[in-house]
Amino acid sequence: MTDTTPETGPNTGPDTIWIEHEALIDRIPRWVAMTLLFVVVVGIWDLVTRMGWVSRIILPTPGETLDDLIFVGQNLMSGGYMLEALWTTTLTVFYGFVIAIGIGFSLGVLVGETKFGERAVMPYLVAIDTMPKVAFAPLFIAWLGFDIASKVALAAFIATFPIVVATAAGLYAASENERMLFKSIGATRMQTLLRLKLPNGLPYIFTGLKIAAVGVMAGAITGEFLGGGRGFGALIRQSASQLDTPRVFALILYLSLLGLALYFSVVWMQRRFVFWNKSERPGGVG
Amino acid sequence: MQVETNPTNAVPAASLTRPVYQIERLSKTYARNKLVALSDVNLSINKGEFVSVIGSSGCGKSTLLKIMAGLLPPTKGRVVLEGKPVMGPRPDIGMMFQQATLLPWKTTIENILLPIEMREGRAAARDARGRAMDLLTLVGLGDFANVFPGELSGGMAQRASICRMLVSDPAMLLLDEPFSALDELTRDFMNMELQRICFERNATAFLVTHSLAEAVFLSDRILVMKARPGRIVEDIRIDLPRPRTLEMINTPQFGEIVAHIRDLLGREAYV
Repeated sequence: MTDTTPETGPNTGPDTIWIEHEALIDRIPRWVAMTLLFVVVVGIWDLVTRMGWVSRIILPTPGETLDDLIFVGQNLMSGGYMLEALWTTTLTVFYGFVIAIGIGFSLGVLVGETKFGERAVMPYLVAIDTMPKVAFAPLFIAWLGFDIASKVALAAFIATFPIVVATAAGLYAASENERMLFKSIGATRMQTLLRLKLPNGLPYIFTGLKIAAVGVMAGAITGEFLGGGRGFGALIRQSASQLDTPRVFALILYLSLLGLALYFSVVWMQRRFVFWNKSERPGGVG
Repeated sequence: MQVETNPTNAVPAASLTRPVYQIERLSKTYARNKLVALSDVNLSINKGEFVSVIGSSGCGKSTLLKIMAGLLPPTKGRVVLEGKPVMGPRPDIGMMFQQATLLPWKTTIENILLPIEMREGRAAARDARGRAMDLLTLVGLGDFANVFPGELSGGMAQRASICRMLVSDPAMLLLDEPFSALDELTRDFMNMELQRICFERNATAFLVTHSLAEAVFLSDRILVMKARPGRIVEDIRIDLPRPRTLEMINTPQFGEIVAHIRDLLGREAYV
């Protein structure tokens, strides 16, 4: 110990304990923050409509919207015509999603696993993908009629592409080391696909499925806007044409529940099947 | 200790055991860019021998290893393991890579049984569980059989990949810079483990490495390779007594061998 550093011995001076301060806004608990934000937004909404700054036809008051929300909710609960419409849309979304997964996954494997798919099929897929797919709606209606089939087709059409791209990207994602390992242990091409590339690509595929889940909803509703029928989209358009804006708001909110249910069922499946992707894989593939 | 060099790549006269792996007149030219990766390589590895290859990057050592593993066809020459020509990946070749490359969705023991599952099916893999368990115990991972690789440290993951290499009881071990991604302390420990395992099983091994100390520590012979075209320029016998200890790394004999190889490499590495 030298003169210049007189206090380096043991038990001299107090402990150097200090607290790192977090900004106040970051210390608010999650539920408080969410409630607070909700109250503020609804408060502004209420103020804007109550003061007559915005016409009620354009934006109803929160109260009116809540009334309609309750009305639509009662209709749904009591099994009224709205429940029938929601069921029609649910079926459309479900069929559309299943078809999109079937076609998207098959094309994705073709593109990701074969040179032919990559060289010949992919360019066409990219070309079609860049088109505004909603513009195909009149064609689907002309081909398949005003029934549910045309809506299913549009929904599936929109949702297919993200699944193709994600599946192909997922199959490409296996590292050079993993491929070499499989080759060295004598794995066949099918084994390499099923035991390495597919499980390894699942995180990508689920990301594609989440994008597709959003797309399939948009496709189904757009189809119902343009092709009529008995779905929720037709109800929304009907209410909008009657300038019943609170009803439109209420219907959209209930529709979003369907979207959320679909999205979170994909998230649940991802958690179930890609349990291993949580960690950083330190001992695994570098 | 003596450093004995065999420029002609002849089999050391002292060895009385049979050759396991033989390479004659091996050449590899990549058609794509007409690069001569290997030119007239001759090599014979005996039962129980540990041979390392060292050389600057691009000298063809990785190409040599891939050809020996049956992952790459040679352009010319003859590659024979246990009397049978190597015409593709074989169950009697065990490989280890720079990365542990464990599948994160399979448990440690399932990863180790992967080569058996691929070649002989799930039932055979189930029957081999006991053997896999013995191997895990051998490398001190007995308690980690049923955890997923995400929970293993880098050193543990590489020990698991040693087990995967050994599970089909291969005649030849091919090691492609297996510990170069590990930190130095872990690496020393892994080298001790590898030496012990090879000794216990009388394993025949071929190691590609960038580390001079690692090569000298583990090997009975070190092949020094040079690039353009890739060829073996020296075949050095390491007569340090076994089992080797980490303390030996600091002895003058050890230093002398390392210095000799560094001298051989240095001339090319810096030109």
